[in-house]
Amino acid sequence: MTDDTYAIEARGLVKRFRKTTALDGVDLAARAGTVLGLLGPNGAGKTTAVRILATLLRQDAGEARICGFDTTRDAHQVRQLVGLTGQYASVDDGLSGTSNLVMIGRLLGMSRKNAKSRASELLGRFELTEAAGRPASTYSGGMRRRLDLAASLVGRPRVLYLDEPTTGLDPRSRNEMWGIIRDLVADGVTVLLTTQYMEEADQLAHDITVIDHGRVIATGTPDDLKAASGSRVLEVTPADHGRLADVATLISERISAPAAVHSDSGTVSVQVADGTSLPAVVRVLEDKGIELAEFTLRKPSLDEVFLALTGDSPSPSLSAKDGDGS
Amino acid sequence: MTALDFPGVPGPAGSAGPAPARRLSPVTGLRNTFTLTWRSLLKLKTNYEEILSLSLTPIMYLLLFTYVFGGAVSGNVHNYLQYVLPGILVISVVFSTLGTGMALSQDMATGVFDRFRSLPISRTAPLAGAVLGDVARYAISVAISLLFGMLLGFRIQTSPLAAVAGCLLVLVFAMAMCWFSALLGLLVKQARSVQWMGSLIYFPLTFGSNVLVKTSTLPGWMQAFVKGNPLTFLTEAERGLLVGGPVATPVIRSLLWALGLFVVFAPLAVRAYRRKT
Repeated sequence: MTDDTYAIEARGLVKRFRKTTALDGVDLAARAGTVLGLLGPNGAGKTTAVRILATLLRQDAGEARICGFDTTRDAHQVRQLVGLTGQYASVDDGLSGTSNLVMIGRLLGMSRKNAKSRASELLGRFELTEAAGRPASTYSGGMRRRLDLAASLVGRPRVLYLDEPTTGLDPRSRNEMWGIIRDLVADGVTVLLTTQYMEEADQLAHDITVIDHGRVIATGTPDDLKAASGSRVLEVTPADHGRLADVATLISERISAPAAVHSDSGTVSVQVADGTSLPAVVRVLEDKGIELAEFTLRKPSLDEVFLALTGDSPSPSLSAKDGDGS
Repeated sequence: MTALDFPGVPGPAGSAGPAPARRLSPVTGLRNTFTLTWRSLLKLKTNYEEILSLSLTPIMYLLLFTYVFGGAVSGNVHNYLQYVLPGILVISVVFSTLGTGMALSQDMATGVFDRFRSLPISRTAPLAGAVLGDVARYAISVAISLLFGMLLGFRIQTSPLAAVAGCLLVLVFAMAMCWFSALLGLLVKQARSVQWMGSLIYFPLTFGSNVLVKTSTLPGWMQAFVKGNPLTFLTEAERGLLVGGPVATPVIRSLLWALGLFVVFAPLAVRAYRRKT
């Protein structure tokens, strides 16, 4: 039987739409009570994967299990366990916030009274009480997302799919959404979160699966992924902003690697294999009389890893390590 | 985090709630349908624009047809009103069935149907609920046509019972016809497309019938079309029930057509809905 520790398990998912292959053998696994980040650019196949796991779409090959129930054979059971919040908030514009939630509660078999109290509880939690009686068509983007999420929580799902829950939200609404997701996980819900934002996956996910063109190109914890790119980032901030260009030229000559200039933060960054070249960099800058405000060696951000993974020149060490998905 | 105090949200990993049910009972399916009928009616109640459009359309038909064609076709407006009103009931209701497809198409586009499909509910409830809710819309359309017609001078010349039967017959027919509209709504991407494609079919059906003029005044080839048009039978039945004339044959034919439309289009619509990805 299936391992109980995984709330979501998918093996070798394949889905084709006419000529395009949306998923080309994708494996996914989310441990119960954790957040699995499914990361990828537009068109990578994230939404297709979510739709299969939510029984909205049938895969051409492979299988998926939710808490041990097969998404095709036991679809009815799976639907009782999962909640889905889509990228495009699927609330009924013509109904008020309350009616939207009462409708879901009634559909799930609650009595009128229970459905109403559940609705007002969720509206209160998501700060929609004041707007509860208004049609959803009058809601702002952030409010719609919260109502959509509330709708998927009416049935107290054990597994929640969040398909790009913060795309298009302003920073404040995004932070609110992050807080809500953290609270849900604290309550034991397993979350599958798809996102294009590295920072979001970094903030919320326990494990990350990176997909591109329907294939898994990396899996691991955020730290694994950062470490796996095998390099470090050297950041140098000259005290004199005017010498940024000089610093960039000197460093890239010294260690023969392209240096990126970030003029807004006043730093130069460059990928280095390890710390052995640092003394040489310090020396050449000292020789030229450049005073330094900051000098740091750090792990690459997930954004940098992501670019390295999905860009034209993926890091060889990573593709060697994470060949399991393809 | 106590801020999110959902009673009953499953506890930490592993402490699963009750085992999920294996399948849906028919009673639950019926309940789901009624819930979604409620949804449809609630939207009608709160959408003044829709109520206005449902009421004004038959009024417009009545005024236009009666006063534009009345003199030319029947010599005077009053005689024509007695002739055309049963047909106006048919036209109004037939065109309002387009709303069924448009609403479904919109539910697809906005992702509301994805929500329904991800819930453990009956697979046919979203369609059946929408259709049942629309019957109320058709009833409004029939009632407005009849009442406004009477205001203009239309008189029921049979019996109240026959008139009620006439209203029910046109509603039954609309309930069958709306499955065609539903199928259209599920197959096309935009609500607007439902409107123009539906109109392309509905205009010849409504105007190519005996609704506005007597069949005998038409050219031969067109008479052939009109005589096979289900709306001709329905209009004839409505005339029989409201102002007098043959009843049995046109009523039976209308009901058979309604049954035929239902048997063909309802399963196709349900299938299209299930396949929708």
